[in-house]
Amino acid sequence: MTTLNAQRPTLNQAAPTAYLLHLADNALILGQRNAEWCGHAPILEEDMAMANNSLDLIGQARLLYQHAAERLAGDVRAPRGASWPAGAITEDTLAYFRDVPDFRNYTLLELPHSPPLVPAGVGDRDWSVTIARNFLYSALMVLVWERLRQSADSQLAAIAAKSLKEARYHLRHARDWLVRLGDGTAESQRRAQAALDWLLPFTDEFWTASTHEAQARDNATGVDVAALRADWDALVNEAIAEATLTRPAAVQGYVSQGKQGLHSEHLGYVLAEMQSLARAHPGATW
Amino acid sequence: MNQINVQRPSSERQQLSTEEQSALWTLLDTLTDPEIPVVTLREMGILRALRRGADGAVEVVITPTYSGCPAMDQIADDIGATLRNAGVRGRVVTQLAPAWTTDWMSEAAREKLRAYGIAPPRCASRRDGESVIQFAPRSRAAGAGQSGAAGQFDEDDAVPCPQCGSSRTTETSHFGSTACKALYRCLDCLEPFDHFKRI
Repeated sequence: MTTLNAQRPTLNQAAPTAYLLHLADNALILGQRNAEWCGHAPILEEDMAMANNSLDLIGQARLLYQHAAERLAGDVRAPRGASWPAGAITEDTLAYFRDVPDFRNYTLLELPHSPPLVPAGVGDRDWSVTIARNFLYSALMVLVWERLRQSADSQLAAIAAKSLKEARYHLRHARDWLVRLGDGTAESQRRAQAALDWLLPFTDEFWTASTHEAQARDNATGVDVAALRADWDALVNEAIAEATLTRPAAVQGYVSQGKQGLHSEHLGYVLAEMQSLARAHPGATW
Repeated sequence: MNQINVQRPSSERQQLSTEEQSALWTLLDTLTDPEIPVVTLREMGILRALRRGADGAVEVVITPTYSGCPAMDQIADDIGATLRNAGVRGRVVTQLAPAWTTDWMSEAAREKLRAYGIAPPRCASRRDGESVIQFAPRSRAAGAGQSGAAGQFDEDDAVPCPQCGSSRTTETSHFGSTACKALYRCLDCLEPFDHFKRI
């Protein structure tokens, strides 16, 4: 019934599919992670906030997967009441039937909501880790979506214009909370600082272009990630200062490579939970 | 049965005639937002256009409010059912660009929202001839200047209470019952209320 964007300009560059999947996987994996707070958040308002945040992110992921599926000559429409023809690629097959090495999300986004060296059980979720991650990621995505509005891939540009408004709101929410935690009690400050110390090294991955990011940059469909760094640093430093926190010194160590398909041990568990139903009952509808 | 004849000879298939347009609009103006049943889809700015597709079928163009708005499937189903019941061969087309903005909401829709107890979004484009200067803490203003990140949501802007009209209100939660709303509370009449966020 619903077809996506029939008004397509004829002059149009195609963003590399791996680049679309990178953007989509980022949104899906963080959306899945943040949805873990549903029914468990510290207060009711934040329960709703995280559910809404996930709704936006998974919505963005769907638009990007649909675009990638169309590019991969699959059927854009999620099947309704029909089983999938063999070999078809849809937004659902991309989300549910790819494995860990196929996912192109930043490692930062698949980490559990717990500080390092703490088992990732339910009771150990730490709100400050969630907030710090949402802050670091949404600060990046505001800059990325702003520039992708001018992407030579017109459908990606349309998705960016839509997603930018949502990313700005996510940034506002996470930033407010970062300041509240950092400039709060001794305990909230200790936790917020620990979360930053833990997560900030994972943002090094943002700044070196992967093969597909370089391709997207070169055909004007993607952004030059290295060029975003100064703006991102300014946004992050200003918020950290207002939160009375300290930015940890840069470490010259291992740089995570989730966007290249090399993931931490945590992504497998995220996918197992997210994909098991679809894999047990392929093509099921309700 | 309200039959609308939209079949035309193939030579003039490009456009819907004015009569067909107005008949279809009348038909679709009965459809309201599934989550805010006091406003129509057209007043919300979700229903963007009516046109004829290459195969002669009517295309109803809609745009999502938020990427993950769960009401979009319901909206598409409602439109499809309305067309079918009226005997119109047609389909729903989702279009992302230009991105939906609350500025498309009609003045009538804003008034209906207010009467329903939801503080409507402020409309930036209607303030002709006025230039509004926003005051903000220096640190916040500096951040906004660098990236424009905070610029779109003027959190310090007063949202008048839909119950008593007081502008002494405070935001209690960034997110409300749906993605498009935030929770507020009036400091005068003490009523909590939803605010439809301006995007």
